[in-house]
Amino acid sequence: MTDTNSPNTTGGGGDKNQAYWSANVRMIIVSLIIWAFVSFGCGILLRPLLADIKVGGTDLGFWFAQQGSILVFLFLIFFYAWRMNKLDREHGVDEE
Amino acid sequence: MDQYTLNLLFVGATFALYIGIAVWARAGSTSEFYAAGRGVHPVTNGMATAADWMSAASFISMAGLIAFGGYINSSFLMGWTGGYVLLALLLAPYLRKFGKFTVPEFIGDRFYSPTARIIAVICLIVASVTYVIGQMTGVGVAFSRFLEVNNTLGLMIGAGVVFFYAVLGGMKGVTYTQVAQYCVLITAYTIPAIFISLQLTGNPIPALGLFGDHVESGTALLTRLDQVVTELGFKEYTAQNGDPSSVINMVLFTFSLMIGTAGLPHVIIRFFTVPKVSDARWSAGWALVFIALLYLTAPAVGAMARLNIIDTIYPKGTSQESLAYEARPDWMKNWEVTGLLKFEDKNGDGRIQMYNDKSKSFAATAEERGWKGSELKVNRDILVLANPEIASLPGWVIALVAAGGLAAALSTAAGLLLAISSAVSHDLIKGSINPNISEKGELLAARISMAVAIAVATYLGLNPPGFAAQTVALAFGIAAASIFPALMMGIFSKRINNKGAVAGMLTGLIFTLVYIFLHKGWLFIPGTASFPDTIAGSLFGIKSTAIGSIGAILNFAAAYLVSTMTEDTPDEIKELVESVRIPKGAGAATAEH
Repeated sequence: MTDTNSPNTTGGGGDKNQAYWSANVRMIIVSLIIWAFVSFGCGILLRPLLADIKVGGTDLGFWFAQQGSILVFLFLIFFYAWRMNKLDREHGVDEE
Repeated sequence: MDQYTLNLLFVGATFALYIGIAVWARAGSTSEFYAAGRGVHPVTNGMATAADWMSAASFISMAGLIAFGGYINSSFLMGWTGGYVLLALLLAPYLRKFGKFTVPEFIGDRFYSPTARIIAVICLIVASVTYVIGQMTGVGVAFSRFLEVNNTLGLMIGAGVVFFYAVLGGMKGVTYTQVAQYCVLITAYTIPAIFISLQLTGNPIPALGLFGDHVESGTALLTRLDQVVTELGFKEYTAQNGDPSSVINMVLFTFSLMIGTAGLPHVIIRFFTVPKVSDARWSAGWALVFIALLYLTAPAVGAMARLNIIDTIYPKGTSQESLAYEARPDWMKNWEVTGLLKFEDKNGDGRIQMYNDKSKSFAATAEERGWKGSELKVNRDILVLANPEIASLPGWVIALVAAGGLAAALSTAAGLLLAISSAVSHDLIKGSINPNISEKGELLAARISMAVAIAVATYLGLNPPGFAAQTVALAFGIAAASIFPALMMGIFSKRINNKGAVAGMLTGLIFTLVYIFLHKGWLFIPGTASFPDTIAGSLFGIKSTAIGSIGAILNFAAAYLVSTMTEDTPDEIKELVESVRIPKGAGAATAEH
């Protein structure tokens, strides 16, 4: 649905903008895979598989559900913000 | 100084602070009223967003939900924080670039459809009004418990303060009071938690104490908790999901809370206040930092409070005689007065027994010990408020918690009221009724809408309709199934056209509402539900609180189908989408206003 390959309509600078947008969409997809893996994965669906890894009186899945996923979310947002703000400058689309 | 005077002093001082900020941060233009002049620093906005987001439910109820639900209620922790990843990656930067004032305005412009804008306004108002009722009743409860005034007067005082800073200052006043309210609420939440963590685990950081050792027994805190709750017939605190259907429901519920969080307009509009697109990205990160400070503490508070209560009732261990009613601690007496803690001596032995009287396997043990049912009912909402008393902390900490609970409720109420009033003045009055209204006229209209919204919210807070308790299902369901998908498709697809968007939003909204009504009663009127709201009894094996995620998927599907069957989007809309995706020029867009 992200139709990254559709023809550009803004004319000048379009290809460059298109490359910027594709890079952004790739970043988003990778980040969201990690986002889903730690919460729905480690915190819920994969918890039985992680049951043997003990953390502080319980198992790793419980830790992910109550703390781990929040910490990873934090890391993800700051990493994305840092990476995108850099990407903005590299593609010359940042604000002065 | 007695407790009442302390409470009055703390609450009075914080209210004076909020009013002081209101006088200082008056709004002079619509840009200031709607978006604080787009001059808010990303860290400041992060703090304001945290207060805006963390409501009476987060401050008062969440630790209790986790304490009595255990692992399964981790959904709230993951759902209410995971939504910020979606906001930061999928919505906030682009909507900031768009550079207008309201969420329905983006939907209306992007889908070149006044109908889509009106549907968005309706969704926004229904979600925000149901949400604000909960905050107003929370204000009333906090006042009546801590300041001994009656509910009505308490609510009136709270509404009066919000009126002052929200009508005068709009977004500008709300932003800076929210920053102050965040500081009050996080201090109030953390201090008792640190003391309790120190008492139980010796660790001053509650989040670490949760996975640390229990000082008294020498075993890990969670192992100890699992042990004592199972000795009383409850399931293990950290128990895994039992069967596949509860796993599916947990996934869907968590997902609904995530996309609902990302789709709630009062949170989204906070990101319109920062100067640049890059600031919107940072700001979402900072918001989650400030939210995480409370959300990492909450599960520790929940687990430790549960253990504390059991230790109080069974001072010599769960296999020994329980506490005599006459010897109960003061905090129990205080909360009995409010009716939120109830004791009934079912077996007439003068002692308090609390156990799982619904467990069949435990029934034999209970009978053997002469127990005739669990005798103590603890409302889960009192956990956080009673925490300082349970841990025998000094009076000023209790007063601080009172001020913190009020800060949490008022800050969220103000954010919601702002979202409602800007939708009325900007989307309805300027957007469709009188497009030629002057800047001054619109500012006045915004102030009047705000005043009316506060009056309506206060009235509903005093006379809460039957559905007040269902706000989570309703507000998150609507935001998840109608608003989030429309915004996301508006940014990430150029192909979705006006007809597709309207079809998608209506499909998601109607499906979700009907499903909630089938399980909770039509318009929440008791007795009109067709299915029990349990995993086993529900229509699709999905509880109504988790249905928003299915509604969202249907929204995407309907929008895509209808768009492919109808004409392509016009060129100027494709250009609009292109420009929203590129940060460059956000400053220029601002200057037009």
